[in-house]
Amino acid sequence: MTESVAVSAEGLIKRYDETVALDNVSFSIDAGELFGFIGPDGAGKTTLFRILATLIVPDAGSARVLGSDVVKDLWTLRREIGYMPGRFSLYPDLSVEENLRFFASVFGTTIEQEYNQIAPIYSQLEPFKTRRAAALSGGMKQKLALCCALVHRPRLLLLDEPTTGVDAVSRREFWDLLAQLKTSGLTIVVSTPYMDEANRCDRVALVQRGRILAIDNPTAVSRSFGRPLFAIRASDRYGTLRALRQYAHTKSVYPFGETLHYADARENIATDTIARDVSTYLGQRGVADATVSAAEPTIEDTFMARMGAPEGEERDQESHA
Amino acid sequence: MPDLAIQANGLTRTFGAFTAVDHITFDVRAGEVFGFLGANGAGKTTAIRMLTGLLAPSDGQATVAGHDVRRESEAIKRDIGYMSQRFSLYDDLTVRENIQLYGGIYDLSGAEIRDRTERILRRLGLERVERDPVHAIPLGWKQKLALSVALLHDPQIVFLDEPTSGVDPITRRQFWELIYETAHAGTTVLVTTHYMDEAEYCDRISIMVAGRIDAMGTPAELKQRAGVDSIDELFVRLARPTGDRAQHEART
Repeated sequence: MTESVAVSAEGLIKRYDETVALDNVSFSIDAGELFGFIGPDGAGKTTLFRILATLIVPDAGSARVLGSDVVKDLWTLRREIGYMPGRFSLYPDLSVEENLRFFASVFGTTIEQEYNQIAPIYSQLEPFKTRRAAALSGGMKQKLALCCALVHRPRLLLLDEPTTGVDAVSRREFWDLLAQLKTSGLTIVVSTPYMDEANRCDRVALVQRGRILAIDNPTAVSRSFGRPLFAIRASDRYGTLRALRQYAHTKSVYPFGETLHYADARENIATDTIARDVSTYLGQRGVADATVSAAEPTIEDTFMARMGAPEGEERDQESHA
Repeated sequence: MPDLAIQANGLTRTFGAFTAVDHITFDVRAGEVFGFLGANGAGKTTAIRMLTGLLAPSDGQATVAGHDVRRESEAIKRDIGYMSQRFSLYDDLTVRENIQLYGGIYDLSGAEIRDRTERILRRLGLERVERDPVHAIPLGWKQKLALSVALLHDPQIVFLDEPTSGVDPITRRQFWELIYETAHAGTTVLVTTHYMDEAEYCDRISIMVAGRIDAMGTPAELKQRAGVDSIDELFVRLARPTGDRAQHEART
């Protein structure tokens, strides 16, 4: 059976008491896609993944995964998806091999039968196969969890924050593995709080407080920033930041790696003019060594531009209103 | 206050046959924001535990805020602050109670506690939620509160262990502004992070690999020396010197 759409969701809503975890979420993921949900804690990523994994039921709306309804067809669906929860969910006192054997047996199969499916990852774990899962490094734990999610040959992988708290190098290696798995035609849905990982996905949805802010391929999401962006370098970055906060034409200004990213509030003004005005202003404010140059917006720039007030502050405004 | 907030010389810690921290030598100047980077398992946590007086070194020396880590660990605990995202605050206590509790632990007077509590609540805009339990406030507020609490007793140095995990990108940047303010006010900051863009916000950074410090300097110096555009690139190169080869072999 092949469908062109692997996952589709329509108007998903889920509340926990007062908290709206998912606020009318709709999207569609094609078969074979590597799709990322990018957003901070509290965006609703875990709730969404639990619904797609048939573990919880939405309050409203519907979702179909691999042609099956996540509420009605859960028993069919559970055999076809591999789910890796955000919290490390293997048995710490079992060895690497015992964990994998256990998950294989739950699905009525064996490591030997499925070896080809898991080989690219399991080959890296095999030297440690007698080690207790608890004694593995963070990156190795994630690889083992991925193996366990793959061992029954699922057609769809749901990976909830597989790289959270993992160092930058192990994160890269994990994404390399996902890229490799994707070549077999597997559909992979991943969530992450790290904006830089968006570029490893075919398409991404930026999520914040239960809503999708944008959904497209990473390049298009970055470009949707929609106004000229500038990188400003100066030796006194903090002083420069504070000066720009008080500048009349500032739309936004944020520390961004070794630079500050600045967007101007004025419409229809040449980028050269903006760069010159900002330099002049900073000169007047005593920042003599600033260089202002045009910059390509990134996913993170778009995210910040679209997310509105940060966590908590929106509630502030609402309660004052 | 001494010019050097931290001075480590050949600092080493072994666990049985395993050398977690292998003769690290580095200085952190007073008022500096120092990024302490490394892959998981590189030895950062063990090094920080020694510097905070929680774990005795197997070899080498270090002074923190002018106190020897072996002989004066109690004095160190009074002169440093420590914050980690997970363990700093008591979830079931209110915002105000958390501040008061730490004020008591640090032996501040009643007047000092009252005064500093008001100052923190005002500075962070938390007056409205001061009677809410900490578990009910947003993660970004919790992190800012945890930093303020770690600074409550005016320490000379504050250790921040992955302080910004999981928050949205704007809140993460607001937190860094608090870090800058802290350093401008004269408190030395030693910070660990997995966000490589944050490494660029530090005055100087060190990168630990397998228990040793393999690179140290300003972000600009380190990038220039290695001929790379970002600390992320440098980190990947250092932390897995054979990473490309190993991955290549795994694929073929």
